[in-house]
Amino acid sequence: MLGPDAYLHLGALDALASGDSPVHRLDPRAKVLTTALFIVTVASFGRYEVAAMAPLALFPAVLMAVGDIEAGYLGRRILAALPFVLLVGALNPLLDRAPALRLGLLTVSWGWISFASILLRFALTVGAALILVATTSFDGVCLGMEKLGAPRVFTQQLGFLYRYAFLLVAETTRLARARTLRAFGRKAAPGEFATLAGQLLVRTWDRARRVHVAMLARGFNGAFPARAALAWDARDLLFTVAWASVFAAVRIWNLPALLAGLVAGGPG
Amino acid sequence: MTPPILEAEDLAYTYPDGTAALRGLSFRIEAGQSVALIGANGAGKSTLLLHLNGTASPTRGGLRITGLPVVKANLKQIRRLVGMVFQDPDDQLFMPTVAEDVAFGPINMGLAPEAVAARVRNALGEVDALPLAAKPAYRLSAGEKRRVAIATVLAMEPAILVMDEPTSGLDSRGRRHLIDLLRAFGHTKIIATHDLDLVLELCDRAIVLHEGAIVADGAPRTLFADSGLLATCHLELPLGMQGCPACGRPGSADPS
Amino acid sequence: MHMADALVSPAVGGAFWAVSSLTLYPCGRTTARRAAEGWGPLTGVLGAFVFAIQMINFSIPGTGSSGHLGGGLLLAILLGPQAAFLTLASVLAVQALFFADGGLLALGCNLFNMGLIPLFVAFPLVYRPLAARHRTAGTILAGVAALTLGAVAVAVETRLSGIAALPFRAFLAALVPIHMAIGLAEGLATAALVQFLRQARPELLAEAPAPRWRAAALVGLLALGTGGLLSWAASRAPDGLEWAVARVTATEPTATDPVHRALARAQEAAPMPGYALAGSKAPSRGQTSLAGVLGGLLTLALVALVAQVLRRFRKAHARP
Repeated sequence: MLGPDAYLHLGALDALASGDSPVHRLDPRAKVLTTALFIVTVASFGRYEVAAMAPLALFPAVLMAVGDIEAGYLGRRILAALPFVLLVGALNPLLDRAPALRLGLLTVSWGWISFASILLRFALTVGAALILVATTSFDGVCLGMEKLGAPRVFTQQLGFLYRYAFLLVAETTRLARARTLRAFGRKAAPGEFATLAGQLLVRTWDRARRVHVAMLARGFNGAFPARAALAWDARDLLFTVAWASVFAAVRIWNLPALLAGLVAGGPG
Repeated sequence: MTPPILEAEDLAYTYPDGTAALRGLSFRIEAGQSVALIGANGAGKSTLLLHLNGTASPTRGGLRITGLPVVKANLKQIRRLVGMVFQDPDDQLFMPTVAEDVAFGPINMGLAPEAVAARVRNALGEVDALPLAAKPAYRLSAGEKRRVAIATVLAMEPAILVMDEPTSGLDSRGRRHLIDLLRAFGHTKIIATHDLDLVLELCDRAIVLHEGAIVADGAPRTLFADSGLLATCHLELPLGMQGCPACGRPGSADPS
Repeated sequence: MHMADALVSPAVGGAFWAVSSLTLYPCGRTTARRAAEGWGPLTGVLGAFVFAIQMINFSIPGTGSSGHLGGGLLLAILLGPQAAFLTLASVLAVQALFFADGGLLALGCNLFNMGLIPLFVAFPLVYRPLAARHRTAGTILAGVAALTLGAVAVAVETRLSGIAALPFRAFLAALVPIHMAIGLAEGLATAALVQFLRQARPELLAEAPAPRWRAAALVGLLALGTGGLLSWAASRAPDGLEWAVARVTATEPTATDPVHRALARAQEAAPMPGYALAGSKAPSRGQTSLAGVLGGLLTLALVALVAQVLRRFRKAHARP
């Protein structure tokens, strides 16, 4: 559920995307593919694996560092989206109480471990999605998806939605505010809502008609122009293959355990 | 003798519910003229504009652009000749970036990619918007949107530039910038507007509409001096012609 | 009702991605065919409308709680189910990408729950038969049906993914009543909105293509069946991918040998005698250990270090 600050957030990620860095300059397809692989890898870990997943944090960390993306904004977005997952995940410690680990007086149950796993998964997958948009721009992601085979009509749809979302969010906020100022704290009844939404819908439909007229006036004949071709080079290939290998390695071998083994197995 | 660039003959339009929006308009516009279309809201200005590029079809009479009748068969040609800039720039900027919006028209015309790129550069250059090429429309100011909307039409290199309320919503700076731009264009211009000072600065001819009919057609200064006409059509004297409110000296300064 | 990636397994996510994508292609083609009529900007702008209108809450009479308009039923009534599906897909994609409202792996599930079910099950099977003479009741019932079925789907998908420890019945008992109320709100709001349109702009209600609701229902039931089957098959090998990885590498997914060795050594030199490892109940869990946790923390620390170094490097060599 979005608040009235949705407007700001839509633009904020795209503003980040207008920066320039080696990550920004990569082909969108490379970033889309790698992010997809990343998310699948995270999701493929067993429900009790926490530490084994930790090396995957390298992906968002490196992209943020090289892409000059500050952690603050992303952190806030992750926190904002947390509630529902917390609600569902928090049942794990309650239901799964078999002890897994004892640290002196403290007993950690399997439920807490799976809960920690859920939280880590959440941070990683959400972070990756946000970083994708922050380094590629929404339009870039659409273009990448299109060149990867997504239907043109769908990416076209995404383009129009995004383009007019700002306007619509602004109009909706104005309408809602105008109502709130005369409502004295009372929430809208369904009928009131319907009038408000209805006016907005009618205005929106009319705008769609006007856009269509403007398109016709510039020679539109039913076929949207094809978008510019993307150029895939060695850097993009290297990026994708390298990260895919890292993900595979992290998935196959429990690197933190090996690390701990090295450290604990030292002189002593 | 070359045909006038635009010729209307008994152009009439009635809404489906019976209201008459245009009552048989007949007029001619020669190439290079800068014509203002003025009148109160509801006088028929916007309806008339929609006929100029074939978006609306008259219920009686017709239009010709450089001799070509505005009918369904010729719409493709007509829309190349008549570039229409609508009132709300947000309705005309619908592509992800400015450059793609300006390229939309030329691409639909079937031009090769290099030709399209050249048209985009030229059009954006003409409206002082080259730095905005990679920006998305939602990040532009009102004035920038307006100029880019004009560029999207200029890129098609039309013979006639039709504009609906070009200065509405602009601050003084944006308005001044726009007027200076328009003054430099060599196209035939048809501008529907409430901004009578714009008319004084830019247009050599004004057509006054009232309740769907043409009630006056001539040089703006002469028309505006006719107080009876202004009253009937619910218009007010442009600021540039009003007297000084303090000392009462009559206005006469030529704004140009 | 948006599902996050944290609770979805690749098998379930993949299965529903497949079903939703397969539905998207024909819906896209149907919509593209009306591009000359202006359906490109129309569906796009209506998508923006749905996106924006979800910001507004309204009170549900008699319950004291509030709801918001999901938009699926409304879009189906205005545009027909195919174009509505395309539009909803775009709304969900934007929500997932920008607001983490729903994960990317879970996008297929969310599109299934909030798109396919309302548009190809509730709309043709509940709304359309009632629309002729009991339009308002039909809208409300369709809303309740759509959200309830959607909630069941969420429960099924979560259970099959096996990451949340929820017992199915309990989850269902929690989700269904809430979503029935949300569905009621959705139905009421949609009915009221359609009523408004009927008076203000009736021609908008005539824009939807002629309903072929039997075909739509068929699509819906097929999709339900396929989705269910695929998920069930995927869940037959629990921790499916993990199992596959284990087979490939011939090790336990959580490798224990180096850990065991390390632990033995650590215990010999243990500063606090009395450390013990609890046994695990489920066979697939393997052992977990303090060393493992330590390893995890160490890894995170290393990652943070790498990130810091990279940032310094970037700042030092930043392009002018």
